[in-house]
Amino acid sequence: MTLLLASFDPPYWLSTLIKVLVISAVVPTTALILGMVFLFKVMSWMQSRLGPQEAGPRGTLQLLADGVKFLQKEDIAPNGADLFIFKIAPLVVLMSTLLLYVALPASAHLVISDLDVGVFYVMAVSSLSVLGVLMAGWASANKYSLMGGLRAAGQLIAYELPMVLAVLGVVIQAGTLSLNGIVFAQADGSIFGWDAIGNPYILTQFVGFAIFLAAVQAELTQPPFDMPVAESEIVSGYQVEYTGFRFLIFFLAEFATAFVFAGVASILFLGGWAVPWLDTSSDWYYVLGPIVLFAKVMLVSFLIFWIRFTYPRFREDQLQSFAWKFLIPLALVNIVVTAVLKVVL
Amino acid sequence: MTATSDPTQLSELAARATDNRVNLDFETEGMTLNMGPQHPATHGTLRIVARLDGEQVVSAEPIPGYMHRGYEKLTEVRSYPQINTLVNRIDWLGSFANEVPFILAAERLMGVEAPPRAQWIRTILFELSRIANISLFLGDYGLQLGGMTAGFYAFRDREHVLNQIEAATGGRFHPNYDRIGGLKDDLPKGWIANTHNAMDKILAFCDEMDDLLIGNEIFQSRTRGIGVIPADIALSYGLSGANLRASGVDWDLRRDSCPPGLVYDQVDWKVWTHPDGDCFGRTWVRFQETREAALIVKQLLDTIPSGPVMAKVPRIIKVPEGEAYVETENPLGAMGYYIVSKGDLVPFRVKIRSASFNNISVVPWVARGAYVPDLISILGSLYFILGDIDR
Amino acid sequence: MSQLSSADTTTETPAEDEAPVEVDERRQAVLDELTRRLGADAVVGSHIEPGYDLWVRVTREAWPEAAVAAKAMGYTFFDFLSAIDWLPSPFGRDMDAQEDLLGDPAPAKEPQPIVQGHAGGETRFQLLARLYSISAGMGVLFKADLPDDDLSVGTWSETFLGANWHERETHEMFGITFVGHPNLIKLYLPTDFQGYPLRKDFPLLARRVRPWPGIVDVEPMPGGDDSEGDGE
Repeated sequence: MTLLLASFDPPYWLSTLIKVLVISAVVPTTALILGMVFLFKVMSWMQSRLGPQEAGPRGTLQLLADGVKFLQKEDIAPNGADLFIFKIAPLVVLMSTLLLYVALPASAHLVISDLDVGVFYVMAVSSLSVLGVLMAGWASANKYSLMGGLRAAGQLIAYELPMVLAVLGVVIQAGTLSLNGIVFAQADGSIFGWDAIGNPYILTQFVGFAIFLAAVQAELTQPPFDMPVAESEIVSGYQVEYTGFRFLIFFLAEFATAFVFAGVASILFLGGWAVPWLDTSSDWYYVLGPIVLFAKVMLVSFLIFWIRFTYPRFREDQLQSFAWKFLIPLALVNIVVTAVLKVVL
Repeated sequence: MTATSDPTQLSELAARATDNRVNLDFETEGMTLNMGPQHPATHGTLRIVARLDGEQVVSAEPIPGYMHRGYEKLTEVRSYPQINTLVNRIDWLGSFANEVPFILAAERLMGVEAPPRAQWIRTILFELSRIANISLFLGDYGLQLGGMTAGFYAFRDREHVLNQIEAATGGRFHPNYDRIGGLKDDLPKGWIANTHNAMDKILAFCDEMDDLLIGNEIFQSRTRGIGVIPADIALSYGLSGANLRASGVDWDLRRDSCPPGLVYDQVDWKVWTHPDGDCFGRTWVRFQETREAALIVKQLLDTIPSGPVMAKVPRIIKVPEGEAYVETENPLGAMGYYIVSKGDLVPFRVKIRSASFNNISVVPWVARGAYVPDLISILGSLYFILGDIDR
Repeated sequence: MSQLSSADTTTETPAEDEAPVEVDERRQAVLDELTRRLGADAVVGSHIEPGYDLWVRVTREAWPEAAVAAKAMGYTFFDFLSAIDWLPSPFGRDMDAQEDLLGDPAPAKEPQPIVQGHAGGETRFQLLARLYSISAGMGVLFKADLPDDDLSVGTWSETFLGANWHERETHEMFGITFVGHPNLIKLYLPTDFQGYPLRKDFPLLARRVRPWPGIVDVEPMPGGDDSEGDGE
């Protein structure tokens, strides 16, 4: 198989086209799947109700129907809004999501761009969405949006740091910033000589995993960190003036980002697309890799959404103090301990 | 871009910004936020004009009246059974409870007392409406704070109570079951056993809420120490019900001045108070009251006497001349009706004292210096129903 | 006027002469204490319903002091504050259907006299307020006459903060001015509403537009009998 693909050497424009098509197919699909499974079915199951049942068999095509509904809505912008910024704000958020998918590997070779600084790139690019949120909040000419945007600015910037610091522990242990390199390190590693399951970093970096999940929850503005979109207070916060297609972009961006962050979490902590008993250079991974990654992403997403449906939301100042006074010191301690143990052991 | 341009209102808003909890050093220009009549956090069309300094509330003024239906004027042209139907719709979540003080006041004027079986059933339904009302509060409070699952559980378990109310009275929401001198009908067969089951489910629901909401750390950090109302301020504003008991005042109209017509003295039960007076105290007191109500209902179900459910009253009711005021411990607080009768088919004047009216008038006092999310928390914990404020 | 008898089962009608005497005395003691604090010329009327309630009528000038005195006596719970318009409605009983006139004489045509209720009164408008004492377990109902040409009275909102909203509502519904109130604007009604709705001479438009068809109005079952017209 590797030989076959090696002989397939497309010109640059063709390979770029393929990559663009893949991303534009994958992103909405993952958002759809995540939204369907978790937002509708799992949430309904947890809240002891059935969820949508009409569209498609047992309601599985509901999101598709919703997508069509959004697309055919009227394009309304509020009267006093700054139109240009209002219109491009959702696109900025979506752009940061799309850029994240570029670095996510589904297998050793199934990756859009195998960057050597994958982790660094992911962390940097995910911060771009803050700009989009702020633009949306300000340009909507609505006090609720403004409040949501301001809260979002504070929150998203505050929770960038714990995310980065949590990931640093993994980087120290793996010794590389490349996402595929981290997968190899986990798959080929061993726990004190016992290499039956490789060395998934969740065992040693459980603190980092917890911090990363909390930071991801905050970056996605999901409860308990959903002050910017506090539905019962400021009625969708910065998204309140967006309807139809623009709201669909926000929605898509949110769930696609959830997928990719869960993907990053499963790569960094759970071993990514590799399974312990199959060697990473095996050709099976062309098919198995995406499936394994998908399964792990579902697991992590389940955690993210489970917490989303259960907890009430933090107040803004409690949220900030949680980040600055608790998560960041904890992450720093984690880094120090990891570094020490890396040298010692 | 202010929501109000009336000069007296503006000056009043400005005058309220003298609380020392608000930092006025920076003299930043405040924002007037209108939590308008349509808002997910207000149980209905209540409008709150809040003047903000950043995220802190400088002053918050509730503006009721978007649902004012003119009940006191309407009661002057309706006969007593018709008023009974009207009055169901004041507090629509625990609607049987609205009829009770009215019927009791009319019965006092007429000198009629309902037979014991009717009194028992009346008390049982009164407590059932309390459970229906407050279990929704528990769920809805979770919803307002962001834990939406609590809301669904509340609706699911409230169905059991509503089914029982429907089985007995024919209406889930507006039973219209109480009559002067008794009740409209007797209970259907098997109702007592089914209600026992429903109460067991409610007790299980209360345990679930305890874990899911009340014991949740985030919930506690959102409600402890927020919106503290000291007891003397609460009394001066006329807060009643769980709001007053959460400030440490041990007063329950069911125990202290139980009017003839309800049988709380035949039951062994407890009044719950909380010393703090904050949002958590109010929630906790209501939560315990739900449990207590389920236990009261179970005791009453075991001791229902047999007999008729209606005393002998004429078909067309003319209440003798006089004035009477009866106040009972409704789910929302202390609700009372002051009936002035001139011996006619219709009352001369009915003054409806609704609990939420006083409960919400405290919002300007308690919201100063709070954050916007705390405003939601406070409003939710004071627990009002729009129909009760606006009548 | 009422033709009823209590049920045969063992119930006890709260007859007035069977009330325990000490409750009656407690209310009498409260009345005496109030009279002592306010002065005998301020308390112009009273009524005790043994076992139930105490009505006290004070003068308009003594109205704010009554709140202070009651609060000092332990009546710290503010129940409500409103007003009563004793004018019989000039629109008649509004229930002039055939069924209602059975056995009753025809309604009088000349204007009916103004008759007040408990604790008496001399004017058309009377203020009504209730305070409750949690420790004593009793309430006191206060009334005060307001002369027709000067519907104003001192405010209770300094003593009882809850009176703020109640006085606003009474102001917009009856037209009574409360001197010293910090913010006497409309509560329920829109700002440009004209008139005072709860006054008896303010018409209830629904009844003017369509008179009441009768206490018992029966709507025919749909598709049942073919006879048209509203049932009656």
